[in-house]
Amino acid sequence: MNDTIAVVNLSKRFADVQAVSDLSFNISKGELFGFLGPNGAGKTTTINILTGLARPDNGTIMIGGMDCSQKHRAAQHLIGVVPDESNLYPELTGFDNLCFCGALYGMPRQERQNKAQELLKVFGLEEAANRKFGGYSKGMKRKLTIAAGIIHEPQILFLDEPTTGLDVASARQLRQLISDLHKNGTTIFLTTHYIEEAQRLCNRIAFIVSGHIVKIDTIENLLQPFQNIHVVQIICADTDEKIHHRLANSFPDMNFIFVRKDIIRIEADKPILAGAVVRFLEEQEIEVYEAKRITPSLEDVFVQITGIEADAMKKEKSGMGGKT
Amino acid sequence: MKAWIAFWNILVKDMRSYYLKPPNISWGLLFPLVWIAMFFIRSGLGMDSLPNLLPGLVALSILFGTTSVLSVTVTFEKKGRSFERLLLAPISLETLMLAKTSGAILFGTINALVPIFIAMFLIDLSAINWVVLFPAMVFIAVSSTFLGLFIAVSVKEVFEAQTFSNFFRFPMIFLCGLFFPIEQLPIWLKPLSYILPLTYGADVLHASINNSGKIPLVLDFILLIAFCVVLFLVTLRNIGRKWII
Repeated sequence: MNDTIAVVNLSKRFADVQAVSDLSFNISKGELFGFLGPNGAGKTTTINILTGLARPDNGTIMIGGMDCSQKHRAAQHLIGVVPDESNLYPELTGFDNLCFCGALYGMPRQERQNKAQELLKVFGLEEAANRKFGGYSKGMKRKLTIAAGIIHEPQILFLDEPTTGLDVASARQLRQLISDLHKNGTTIFLTTHYIEEAQRLCNRIAFIVSGHIVKIDTIENLLQPFQNIHVVQIICADTDEKIHHRLANSFPDMNFIFVRKDIIRIEADKPILAGAVVRFLEEQEIEVYEAKRITPSLEDVFVQITGIEADAMKKEKSGMGGKT
Repeated sequence: MKAWIAFWNILVKDMRSYYLKPPNISWGLLFPLVWIAMFFIRSGLGMDSLPNLLPGLVALSILFGTTSVLSVTVTFEKKGRSFERLLLAPISLETLMLAKTSGAILFGTINALVPIFIAMFLIDLSAINWVVLFPAMVFIAVSSTFLGLFIAVSVKEVFEAQTFSNFFRFPMIFLCGLFFPIEQLPIWLKPLSYILPLTYGADVLHASINNSGKIPLVLDFILLIAFCVVLFLVTLRNIGRKWII
Protein backbone atom coordinates (compact mmCIF):
# COMPACT_ATOMS: atom_id res chain seq x y z
CA MET A 1 0.00 0.00 0.00
CA ASN A 2 1.41 3.38 -1.03
CA ASP A 3 -0.89 5.52 1.12
CA THR A 4 0.88 7.98 3.37
CA ILE A 5 -2.38 8.99 5.02
CA ALA A 6 -5.42 6.73 5.27
CA VAL A 7 -8.53 7.96 7.05
CA VAL A 8 -11.64 5.85 7.54
CA ASN A 9 -14.97 7.03 8.94
CA LEU A 10 -13.50 9.95 10.88
CA SER A 11 -16.02 11.84 13.00
CA LYS A 12 -15.75 14.63 15.52
CA ARG A 13 -18.41 16.51 17.44
CA PHE A 14 -18.02 19.69 19.52
CA ALA A 15 -20.98 20.04 21.91
CA ASP A 16 -23.98 20.33 19.60
CA VAL A 17 -21.96 20.83 16.40
CA GLN A 18 -20.97 17.87 14.25
CA ALA A 19 -17.65 19.23 12.99
CA VAL A 20 -16.78 16.33 10.69
CA SER A 21 -18.78 13.25 9.89
CA ASP A 22 -17.66 9.90 8.45
CA LEU A 23 -14.72 11.28 6.51
CA SER A 24 -12.85 8.66 4.52
CA PHE A 25 -9.96 9.39 2.20
CA ASN A 26 -6.40 8.40 1.49
CA ILE A 27 -3.39 10.32 0.30
CA SER A 28 -0.58 8.69 -1.64
CA LYS A 29 3.08 9.33 -1.06
CA GLY A 30 4.18 12.52 -2.82
CA GLU A 31 0.62 13.61 -3.59
CA LEU A 32 -0.68 17.15 -3.19
CA PHE A 33 -4.17 16.64 -1.84
CA GLY A 34 -6.59 19.52 -1.47
CA PHE A 35 -9.47 19.96 0.97
CA LEU A 36 -11.75 22.54 -0.57
CA GLY A 37 -14.72 23.95 1.27
CA PRO A 38 -16.23 27.05 2.81
CA ASN A 39 -15.35 28.38 6.25
CA GLY A 40 -16.70 26.10 8.97
CA ALA A 41 -16.80 23.08 6.68
CA GLY A 42 -14.47 21.07 8.94
CA LYS A 43 -11.14 21.62 7.20
CA THR A 44 -9.17 22.84 10.22
CA THR A 45 -10.81 20.28 12.50
CA THR A 46 -9.63 17.55 10.14
CA ILE A 47 -6.07 18.92 10.17
CA ASN A 48 -6.14 19.23 13.96
CA ILE A 49 -7.21 15.61 14.32
CA LEU A 50 -4.63 14.35 11.84
CA THR A 51 -1.83 16.30 13.51
CA GLY A 52 -2.71 15.27 17.05
CA LEU A 53 -4.13 18.58 18.26
CA ALA A 54 -7.61 17.10 18.58
CA ARG A 55 -9.01 13.67 19.24
CA PRO A 56 -11.48 11.96 16.93
CA ASP A 57 -14.73 10.57 18.31
CA ASN A 58 -14.70 7.74 15.79
CA GLY A 59 -12.69 6.47 12.88
CA THR A 60 -9.22 5.24 12.14
CA ILE A 61 -6.20 7.26 11.07
CA MET A 62 -3.04 5.79 9.63
CA ILE A 63 -0.14 8.14 8.98
CA GLY A 64 3.11 6.82 7.56
CA GLY A 65 1.97 3.30 8.43
CA MET A 66 1.33 4.18 12.06
CA ASP A 67 -2.06 3.93 13.70
CA CYS A 68 -2.78 7.40 15.09
CA SER A 69 -6.37 6.68 16.08
CA GLN A 70 -5.48 6.02 19.71
CA LYS A 71 -1.87 7.19 19.87
CA HIS A 72 -2.70 10.45 18.17
CA ARG A 73 0.84 11.85 18.50
CA ALA A 74 2.56 8.76 17.11
CA ALA A 75 3.45 10.24 13.72
CA GLN A 76 4.49 13.71 14.80
CA HIS A 77 8.11 13.18 13.75
CA LEU A 78 6.90 12.69 10.17
CA ILE A 79 4.76 15.77 9.85
CA GLY A 80 5.11 19.50 9.53
CA VAL A 81 2.20 21.83 10.15
CA VAL A 82 1.51 25.33 8.90
CA PRO A 83 -1.58 26.54 10.77
CA ASP A 84 -4.13 28.98 9.40
CA GLU A 85 -2.70 31.71 11.65
CA SER A 86 0.98 32.52 11.98
CA ASN A 87 1.87 31.28 15.45
CA LEU A 88 5.57 31.82 15.89
CA TYR A 89 7.09 33.69 18.83
CA PRO A 90 6.78 37.47 18.43
CA GLU A 91 9.67 38.16 20.79
CA LEU A 92 12.14 36.02 18.81
CA THR A 93 13.84 37.02 15.57
CA GLY A 94 13.04 35.22 12.34
CA PHE A 95 16.31 33.30 12.54
CA ASP A 96 15.80 32.34 16.20
CA ASN A 97 12.23 31.24 15.52
CA LEU A 98 13.40 28.87 12.78
CA CYS A 99 16.24 27.53 14.92
CA PHE A 100 13.86 26.98 17.83
CA CYS A 101 11.39 25.10 15.63
CA GLY A 102 14.25 22.94 14.30
CA ALA A 103 15.33 22.22 17.87
CA LEU A 104 11.82 21.01 18.74
CA TYR A 105 12.42 18.23 16.21
CA GLY A 106 15.81 17.39 17.71
CA MET A 107 17.96 18.98 14.98
CA PRO A 108 21.55 19.60 16.16
CA ARG A 109 22.61 23.24 16.47
CA GLN A 110 24.78 23.53 13.34
CA GLU A 111 22.26 21.68 11.19
CA ARG A 112 19.34 23.84 12.24
CA GLN A 113 21.31 27.04 11.87
CA ASN A 114 22.38 26.09 8.33
CA LYS A 115 18.85 25.09 7.42
CA ALA A 116 17.42 28.29 8.91
CA GLN A 117 19.82 30.39 6.81
CA GLU A 118 18.91 28.40 3.72
CA LEU A 119 15.17 28.81 4.26
CA LEU A 120 15.47 32.53 4.98
CA LYS A 121 17.22 32.85 1.63
CA VAL A 122 14.63 30.72 -0.21
CA PHE A 123 11.76 32.73 1.27
CA GLY A 124 13.47 36.07 0.62
CA LEU A 125 13.67 36.92 4.31
CA GLU A 126 17.45 37.17 4.66
CA GLU A 127 17.37 40.88 5.43
CA ALA A 128 14.71 40.39 8.09
CA ALA A 129 16.50 37.44 9.71
CA ASN A 130 17.52 39.39 12.79
CA ARG A 131 14.30 41.34 13.16
CA LYS A 132 11.70 40.27 15.67
CA PHE A 133 8.84 38.20 14.24
CA GLY A 134 6.31 40.51 15.91
CA GLY A 135 7.44 43.33 13.59
CA TYR A 136 7.04 41.35 10.36
CA SER A 137 4.37 42.16 7.77
CA LYS A 138 1.55 39.65 7.28
CA GLY A 139 3.15 38.19 4.15
CA MET A 140 6.53 37.84 5.85
CA LYS A 141 4.90 36.19 8.86
CA ARG A 142 3.17 33.69 6.60
CA LYS A 143 6.39 32.87 4.78
CA LEU A 144 8.33 32.37 8.01
CA THR A 145 5.51 30.20 9.39
CA ILE A 146 5.77 27.98 6.34
CA ALA A 147 9.56 27.91 6.67
CA ALA A 148 9.13 26.86 10.33
CA GLY A 149 6.81 24.07 9.22
CA ILE A 150 9.37 22.58 6.87
CA ILE A 151 12.68 23.24 8.64
CA HIS A 152 12.86 19.61 9.77
CA GLU A 153 12.11 18.41 6.23
CA PRO A 154 8.89 16.57 7.06
CA GLN A 155 7.64 13.76 4.85
CA ILE A 156 4.11 15.10 5.17
CA LEU A 157 3.16 18.76 5.27
CA PHE A 158 -0.20 20.08 6.44
CA LEU A 159 -1.00 23.54 5.08
CA ASP A 160 -4.10 25.17 6.49
CA GLU A 161 -5.31 28.04 4.26
CA PRO A 162 -1.73 29.05 3.39
CA THR A 163 -2.51 32.10 1.25
CA THR A 164 -5.44 33.57 3.17
CA GLY A 165 -4.91 37.24 3.87
CA LEU A 166 -1.91 37.63 1.59
CA ASP A 167 -1.43 40.17 -1.18
CA VAL A 168 -1.35 38.95 -4.76
CA ALA A 169 2.43 38.85 -5.12
CA SER A 170 3.04 37.03 -1.83
CA ALA A 171 0.28 34.53 -2.55
CA ARG A 172 1.73 33.78 -5.98
CA GLN A 173 5.19 33.35 -4.49
CA LEU A 174 3.83 31.01 -1.83
CA ARG A 175 2.01 28.90 -4.39
CA GLN A 176 5.29 28.52 -6.26
CA LEU A 177 7.00 27.44 -3.04
CA ILE A 178 4.28 24.89 -2.33
CA SER A 179 4.61 23.61 -5.88
CA ASP A 180 8.38 23.28 -5.45
CA LEU A 181 7.96 21.37 -2.19
CA HIS A 182 5.59 19.02 -3.95
CA LYS A 183 8.03 18.50 -6.79
CA ASN A 184 10.68 17.60 -4.24
CA GLY A 185 8.53 14.72 -3.06
CA THR A 186 6.80 16.11 0.03
CA THR A 187 3.28 14.78 0.55
CA ILE A 188 1.06 17.81 1.05
CA PHE A 189 -2.38 18.09 2.60
CA LEU A 190 -3.69 21.54 1.73
CA THR A 191 -6.91 23.15 2.86
CA THR A 192 -8.24 26.16 1.07
CA HIS A 193 -11.44 27.95 0.17
CA TYR A 194 -9.88 29.37 -2.99
CA ILE A 195 -11.07 27.23 -5.87
CA GLU A 196 -8.47 28.47 -8.37
CA GLU A 197 -5.71 27.76 -5.86
CA ALA A 198 -6.88 24.19 -5.41
CA GLN A 199 -7.19 23.72 -9.16
CA ARG A 200 -3.74 25.15 -9.79
CA LEU A 201 -1.88 23.19 -7.10
CA CYS A 202 -3.59 19.92 -6.28
CA ASN A 203 -3.48 16.44 -7.81
CA ARG A 204 -6.72 15.42 -6.12
CA ILE A 205 -9.38 17.37 -4.35
CA ALA A 206 -12.04 16.60 -1.79
CA PHE A 207 -15.02 18.95 -1.59
CA ILE A 208 -16.02 19.25 2.05
CA VAL A 209 -19.30 20.87 3.09
CA SER A 210 -20.75 20.88 6.62
CA GLY A 211 -18.33 18.20 7.78
CA HIS A 212 -19.06 15.79 4.91
CA ILE A 213 -16.93 14.95 1.89
CA VAL A 214 -19.32 15.36 -1.01
CA LYS A 215 -16.89 14.55 -3.81
CA ILE A 216 -13.31 13.39 -4.05
CA ASP A 217 -11.38 12.92 -7.28
CA THR A 218 -8.56 14.12 -9.51
CA ILE A 219 -8.93 17.50 -11.20
CA GLU A 220 -9.18 15.79 -14.59
CA ASN A 221 -11.95 13.46 -13.45
CA LEU A 222 -13.83 16.28 -11.76
CA LEU A 223 -13.72 18.33 -14.95
CA GLN A 224 -14.53 15.37 -17.23
CA PRO A 225 -18.35 15.80 -17.23
CA PHE A 226 -17.79 19.37 -18.36
CA GLN A 227 -15.34 18.53 -21.15
CA ASN A 228 -18.07 18.09 -23.76
CA ILE A 229 -20.07 21.11 -22.69
CA HIS A 230 -19.54 24.28 -24.67
CA VAL A 231 -20.17 27.54 -22.85
CA VAL A 232 -20.47 31.09 -24.12
CA GLN A 233 -21.15 34.08 -21.93
CA ILE A 234 -22.78 37.19 -23.33
CA ILE A 235 -22.75 40.54 -21.57
CA CYS A 236 -25.42 42.85 -22.97
CA ALA A 237 -28.01 45.48 -22.11
CA ASP A 238 -30.78 44.37 -19.73
CA THR A 239 -33.03 41.60 -21.07
CA ASP A 240 -36.54 40.62 -20.02
CA GLU A 241 -38.78 37.54 -19.96
CA LYS A 242 -39.94 38.17 -23.53
CA ILE A 243 -36.40 38.05 -24.90
CA HIS A 244 -35.67 34.94 -22.82
CA HIS A 245 -38.60 33.10 -24.44
CA ARG A 246 -37.67 34.24 -27.92
CA LEU A 247 -34.07 33.09 -27.45
CA ALA A 248 -35.17 29.69 -26.20
CA ASN A 249 -37.58 29.28 -29.10
CA SER A 250 -35.12 30.46 -31.75
CA PHE A 251 -32.20 28.31 -30.55
CA PRO A 252 -33.78 25.10 -29.21
CA ASP A 253 -30.46 23.19 -29.15
CA MET A 254 -28.94 25.63 -26.69
CA ASN A 255 -29.52 25.99 -22.99
CA PHE A 256 -29.83 29.61 -21.85
CA ILE A 257 -29.05 30.55 -18.27
CA PHE A 258 -29.88 34.14 -17.37
CA VAL A 259 -27.26 34.82 -14.69
CA ARG A 260 -28.38 38.42 -14.39
CA LYS A 261 -30.51 40.68 -16.54
CA ASP A 262 -27.36 41.66 -18.43
CA ILE A 263 -25.50 38.33 -18.40
CA ILE A 264 -26.59 35.34 -20.45
CA ARG A 265 -24.77 32.03 -20.18
CA ILE A 266 -25.27 29.63 -23.07
CA GLU A 267 -24.50 25.93 -22.74
CA ALA A 268 -24.65 23.36 -25.52
CA ASP A 269 -23.23 19.94 -26.26
CA LYS A 270 -21.83 21.10 -29.61
CA PRO A 271 -19.85 24.24 -30.56
CA ILE A 272 -21.91 27.39 -30.14
CA LEU A 273 -22.18 29.86 -32.98
CA ALA A 274 -22.16 32.95 -30.81
CA GLY A 275 -22.48 35.25 -33.83
CA ALA A 276 -26.01 34.03 -34.54
CA VAL A 277 -27.11 34.73 -30.98
CA VAL A 278 -25.46 38.14 -30.99
CA ARG A 279 -27.17 39.08 -34.26
CA PHE A 280 -30.50 37.85 -32.88
CA LEU A 281 -30.14 40.01 -29.77
CA GLU A 282 -29.19 43.05 -31.84
CA GLU A 283 -32.25 42.50 -34.02
CA GLN A 284 -34.26 42.63 -30.78
CA GLU A 285 -32.56 45.97 -30.09
CA ILE A 286 -30.49 44.55 -27.24
CA GLU A 287 -27.02 46.00 -27.36
CA VAL A 288 -24.29 43.35 -26.93
CA TYR A 289 -21.07 44.40 -25.22
CA GLU A 290 -19.16 41.16 -25.09
CA ALA A 291 -19.45 37.53 -26.11
CA LYS A 292 -16.78 35.08 -24.99
CA ARG A 293 -16.18 31.36 -24.86
CA ILE A 294 -15.76 30.04 -21.36
CA THR A 295 -13.70 26.99 -20.47
CA PRO A 296 -15.47 25.11 -17.70
CA SER A 297 -13.44 25.29 -14.50
CA LEU A 298 -13.35 23.60 -11.13
CA GLU A 299 -15.55 26.44 -9.93
CA ASP A 300 -18.36 25.15 -12.18
CA VAL A 301 -17.85 21.64 -10.84
CA PHE A 302 -17.84 22.88 -7.25
CA VAL A 303 -20.99 24.95 -7.72
CA GLN A 304 -22.79 22.08 -9.40
CA ILE A 305 -21.84 19.49 -6.79
CA THR A 306 -22.13 21.52 -3.60
CA GLY A 307 -24.73 24.08 -4.56
CA ILE A 308 -22.53 26.73 -2.95
CA GLU A 309 -21.95 29.77 -5.12
CA ALA A 310 -18.28 30.48 -5.75
CA ASP A 311 -18.78 34.09 -4.69
CA ALA A 312 -19.85 32.89 -1.25
CA MET A 313 -16.56 31.01 -0.94
CA LYS A 314 -14.58 34.11 -1.83
CA LYS A 315 -16.37 36.10 0.86
CA GLU A 316 -15.67 33.52 3.54
CA LYS A 317 -12.61 35.19 4.93
CA SER A 318 -11.71 38.81 5.08
CA GLY A 319 -8.28 38.35 3.51
CA MET A 320 -7.51 39.18 -0.08
CA GLY A 321 -6.28 35.68 -0.70
CA GLY A 322 -3.97 36.71 -3.45
CA LYS A 323 -6.25 35.75 -6.28
CA THR A 324 -4.39 36.07 -9.51
CA MET B 1 18.96 12.72 22.43
CA LYS B 2 16.42 14.49 20.19
CA ALA B 3 14.08 14.93 23.15
CA TRP B 4 16.93 16.44 25.15
CA ILE B 5 17.67 18.93 22.37
CA ALA B 6 14.01 19.97 22.42
CA PHE B 7 13.93 20.06 26.24
CA TRP B 8 17.06 22.21 26.49
CA ASN B 9 15.95 24.66 23.81
CA ILE B 10 12.50 25.13 25.34
CA LEU B 11 14.17 25.85 28.68
CA VAL B 12 16.71 28.27 27.16
CA LYS B 13 14.02 30.07 25.13
CA ASP B 14 11.82 30.52 28.21
CA MET B 15 14.73 31.74 30.31
CA ARG B 16 15.68 34.31 27.67
CA SER B 17 12.14 35.33 26.71
CA TYR B 18 10.60 35.51 30.16
CA TYR B 19 12.68 34.82 33.24
CA LEU B 20 15.85 36.77 32.45
CA LYS B 21 14.04 39.90 31.32
CA PRO B 22 14.99 42.94 33.41
CA PRO B 23 11.49 43.44 34.91
CA ASN B 24 11.50 39.87 36.16
CA ILE B 25 14.99 40.10 37.60
CA SER B 26 14.16 43.32 39.39
CA TRP B 27 10.93 41.72 40.64
CA GLY B 28 12.95 38.76 41.88
CA LEU B 29 15.25 41.08 43.83
CA LEU B 30 12.72 43.67 44.93
CA PHE B 31 10.06 41.33 46.18
CA PRO B 32 12.14 39.59 48.88
CA LEU B 33 13.75 42.90 49.84
CA VAL B 34 10.39 44.56 50.45
CA TRP B 35 9.12 41.62 52.47
CA ILE B 36 12.31 41.54 54.56
CA ALA B 37 12.02 45.26 55.26
CA MET B 38 8.31 45.01 56.09
CA PHE B 39 8.60 42.14 58.55
CA PHE B 40 11.83 43.49 59.99
CA ILE B 41 10.22 46.81 60.85
CA ARG B 42 6.95 45.20 61.98
CA SER B 43 8.64 42.80 64.42
CA GLY B 44 10.57 45.58 66.21
CA LEU B 45 13.08 42.99 67.41
CA GLY B 46 15.92 44.11 65.20
CA MET B 47 18.36 41.55 63.83
CA ASP B 48 17.12 38.89 66.26
CA SER B 49 13.90 38.61 64.28
CA LEU B 50 15.66 37.63 61.05
CA PRO B 51 16.19 33.90 61.70
CA ASN B 52 12.47 33.60 62.43
CA LEU B 53 11.52 35.59 59.35
CA LEU B 54 13.87 33.84 56.97
CA PRO B 55 11.80 30.66 56.31
CA GLY B 56 8.78 32.78 55.40
CA LEU B 57 10.78 35.06 53.12
CA VAL B 58 12.41 32.13 51.35
CA ALA B 59 9.05 30.44 50.83
CA LEU B 60 7.37 33.63 49.58
CA SER B 61 10.19 34.32 47.15
CA ILE B 62 9.80 30.86 45.69
CA LEU B 63 6.01 30.88 45.65
CA PHE B 64 5.66 34.23 43.90
CA GLY B 65 8.69 33.71 41.66
CA THR B 66 7.36 30.47 40.25
CA THR B 67 3.62 30.97 40.03
CA SER B 68 3.62 34.57 38.76
CA VAL B 69 5.59 34.03 35.58
CA LEU B 70 4.68 30.48 34.64
CA SER B 71 0.91 30.78 34.85
CA VAL B 72 0.99 33.96 32.77
CA THR B 73 3.44 32.78 30.10
CA VAL B 74 1.74 29.46 29.49
CA THR B 75 -1.66 31.17 29.23
CA PHE B 76 -0.13 33.80 26.93
CA GLU B 77 1.41 31.18 24.63
CA LYS B 78 -1.80 29.16 24.61
CA LYS B 79 -3.83 32.19 23.66
CA GLY B 80 -1.33 33.24 20.96
CA ARG B 81 -1.37 29.66 19.68
CA SER B 82 2.42 29.38 19.84
CA PHE B 83 1.87 26.63 22.41
CA GLU B 84 0.48 24.53 19.54
CA ARG B 85 4.02 24.44 18.12
CA LEU B 86 5.15 22.72 21.29
CA LEU B 87 2.23 20.31 21.25
CA LEU B 88 3.11 19.37 17.65
CA ALA B 89 6.73 18.57 18.52
CA PRO B 90 7.62 14.87 18.54
CA ILE B 91 8.29 14.76 22.27
CA SER B 92 6.16 13.33 25.03
CA LEU B 93 3.76 15.60 26.86
CA GLU B 94 5.67 14.85 30.07
CA THR B 95 8.99 16.02 28.56
CA LEU B 96 7.33 19.09 27.10
CA MET B 97 5.73 20.17 30.37
CA LEU B 98 8.90 19.44 32.37
CA ALA B 99 10.80 21.64 29.91
CA LYS B 100 8.20 24.41 30.26
CA THR B 101 8.36 24.24 34.06
CA SER B 102 12.14 23.92 34.46
CA GLY B 103 12.63 27.64 33.86
CA ALA B 104 10.19 28.51 36.62
CA ILE B 105 11.77 26.00 39.00
CA LEU B 106 15.21 27.49 38.37
CA PHE B 107 13.90 31.05 38.69
CA GLY B 108 12.05 30.25 41.92
CA THR B 109 15.08 28.53 43.45
CA ILE B 110 17.41 31.40 42.54
CA ASN B 111 14.81 33.83 43.92
CA ALA B 112 14.93 31.96 47.23
CA LEU B 113 18.65 32.55 47.47
CA VAL B 114 18.17 36.33 47.49
CA PRO B 115 16.88 36.66 51.09
CA ILE B 116 19.48 34.13 52.25
CA PHE B 117 22.21 36.11 50.51
CA ILE B 118 21.05 39.34 52.14
CA ALA B 119 20.77 37.64 55.55
CA MET B 120 24.37 36.44 55.23
CA PHE B 121 25.52 40.01 55.69
CA LEU B 122 23.24 40.69 58.63
CA ILE B 123 23.24 37.62 60.88
CA ASP B 124 25.17 34.48 61.62
CA LEU B 125 23.83 31.65 59.44
CA SER B 126 26.16 28.95 60.74
CA ALA B 127 23.24 27.12 62.38
CA ILE B 128 21.52 26.53 59.05
CA ASN B 129 21.41 22.92 57.88
CA TRP B 130 22.22 23.54 54.21
CA VAL B 131 21.91 19.88 53.27
CA VAL B 132 18.25 20.02 54.20
CA LEU B 133 17.63 23.62 53.12
CA PHE B 134 18.68 23.27 49.46
CA PRO B 135 16.55 20.22 48.64
CA ALA B 136 13.68 21.90 50.49
CA MET B 137 14.00 25.00 48.32
CA VAL B 138 14.04 22.88 45.18
CA PHE B 139 11.01 20.82 46.19
CA ILE B 140 9.04 23.91 47.22
CA ALA B 141 9.95 25.43 43.84
CA VAL B 142 8.82 22.28 42.02
CA SER B 143 5.51 22.04 43.87
CA SER B 144 4.82 25.79 43.47
CA THR B 145 5.69 25.61 39.78
CA PHE B 146 3.36 22.68 39.22
CA LEU B 147 0.68 24.63 41.08
CA GLY B 148 1.32 27.51 38.65
CA LEU B 149 1.01 25.08 35.74
CA PHE B 150 -2.22 23.70 37.18
CA ILE B 151 -3.54 27.28 37.34
CA ALA B 152 -2.40 28.04 33.77
CA VAL B 153 -4.20 25.01 32.41
CA SER B 154 -7.35 25.87 34.34
CA VAL B 155 -7.83 29.36 32.87
CA LYS B 156 -8.22 30.82 29.39
CA GLU B 157 -7.24 34.47 29.77
CA VAL B 158 -3.97 35.94 30.99
CA PHE B 159 -5.69 38.16 33.58
CA GLU B 160 -7.54 35.12 34.92
CA ALA B 161 -4.19 33.44 35.53
CA GLN B 162 -3.12 36.25 37.89
CA THR B 163 -6.45 36.33 39.72
CA PHE B 164 -6.62 32.57 40.07
CA SER B 165 -2.99 32.48 41.28
CA ASN B 166 -3.85 34.84 44.11
CA PHE B 167 -6.83 32.68 45.02
CA PHE B 168 -4.31 29.96 45.92
CA ARG B 169 -1.31 32.03 47.00
CA PHE B 170 -2.62 34.35 49.67
CA PRO B 171 -4.63 31.82 51.71
CA MET B 172 -1.65 29.47 51.43
CA ILE B 173 0.76 32.04 52.91
CA PHE B 174 -1.37 32.43 56.03
CA LEU B 175 -2.38 28.82 56.44
CA CYS B 176 0.93 27.04 55.90
CA GLY B 177 2.50 27.94 59.24
CA LEU B 178 5.10 30.36 57.92
CA PHE B 179 3.98 33.38 59.91
CA PHE B 180 1.30 31.93 62.21
CA PRO B 181 1.83 28.54 63.86
CA ILE B 182 -0.71 26.03 62.60
CA GLU B 183 -1.47 25.07 66.21
CA GLN B 184 -2.84 28.57 66.78
CA LEU B 185 -5.26 28.41 63.87
CA PRO B 186 -8.98 27.74 64.57
CA ILE B 187 -9.68 24.04 64.60
CA TRP B 188 -11.84 24.20 61.46
CA LEU B 189 -8.95 25.76 59.48
CA LYS B 190 -6.33 23.24 60.48
CA PRO B 191 -7.35 20.48 58.03
CA LEU B 192 -6.99 23.03 55.26
CA SER B 193 -3.38 23.69 56.31
CA TYR B 194 -2.49 20.05 55.97
CA ILE B 195 -3.67 19.77 52.38
CA LEU B 196 -1.32 22.55 51.26
CA PRO B 197 2.10 21.59 49.89
CA LEU B 198 3.64 24.76 51.29
CA THR B 199 2.83 23.61 54.85
CA TYR B 200 5.38 20.81 54.51
CA GLY B 201 7.85 23.04 52.67
CA ALA B 202 7.56 25.66 55.41
CA ASP B 203 8.11 23.02 58.07
CA VAL B 204 11.37 21.88 56.43
CA LEU B 205 12.46 25.51 56.14
CA HIS B 206 11.77 26.04 59.84
CA ALA B 207 13.64 22.84 60.64
CA SER B 208 16.68 23.66 58.50
CA ILE B 209 16.98 27.33 59.47
CA ASN B 210 15.79 27.44 63.10
CA ASN B 211 15.66 23.76 64.02
CA SER B 212 11.98 24.32 64.84
CA GLY B 213 10.19 21.86 62.53
CA LYS B 214 7.02 20.20 63.83
CA ILE B 215 6.75 17.29 61.40
CA PRO B 216 9.41 14.59 60.82
CA LEU B 217 11.63 15.68 57.92
CA VAL B 218 11.22 12.42 56.04
CA LEU B 219 7.45 12.81 56.15
CA ASP B 220 7.75 16.44 54.97
CA PHE B 221 9.81 15.40 51.95
CA ILE B 222 7.61 12.40 51.14
CA LEU B 223 4.50 14.59 51.21
CA LEU B 224 6.18 17.36 49.18
CA ILE B 225 7.21 14.84 46.52
CA ALA B 226 3.70 13.35 46.58
CA PHE B 227 2.19 16.81 46.03
CA CYS B 228 4.59 17.40 43.11
CA VAL B 229 3.69 14.10 41.47
CA VAL B 230 -0.06 14.52 41.97
CA LEU B 231 -0.09 18.13 40.73
CA PHE B 232 1.97 17.20 37.66
CA LEU B 233 -0.19 14.20 36.79
CA VAL B 234 -3.44 16.10 37.31
CA THR B 235 -2.15 18.92 35.13
CA LEU B 236 -1.09 16.51 32.37
CA ARG B 237 -4.55 14.95 32.49
CA ASN B 238 -6.13 18.42 32.30
CA ILE B 239 -3.96 19.36 29.31
CA GLY B 240 -5.07 16.15 27.60
CA ARG B 241 -8.70 16.91 28.35
CA LYS B 242 -8.77 20.66 27.76
CA TRP B 243 -6.13 21.38 25.15
CA ILE B 244 -6.22 18.24 23.01
CA ILE B 245 -9.96 18.05 22.72
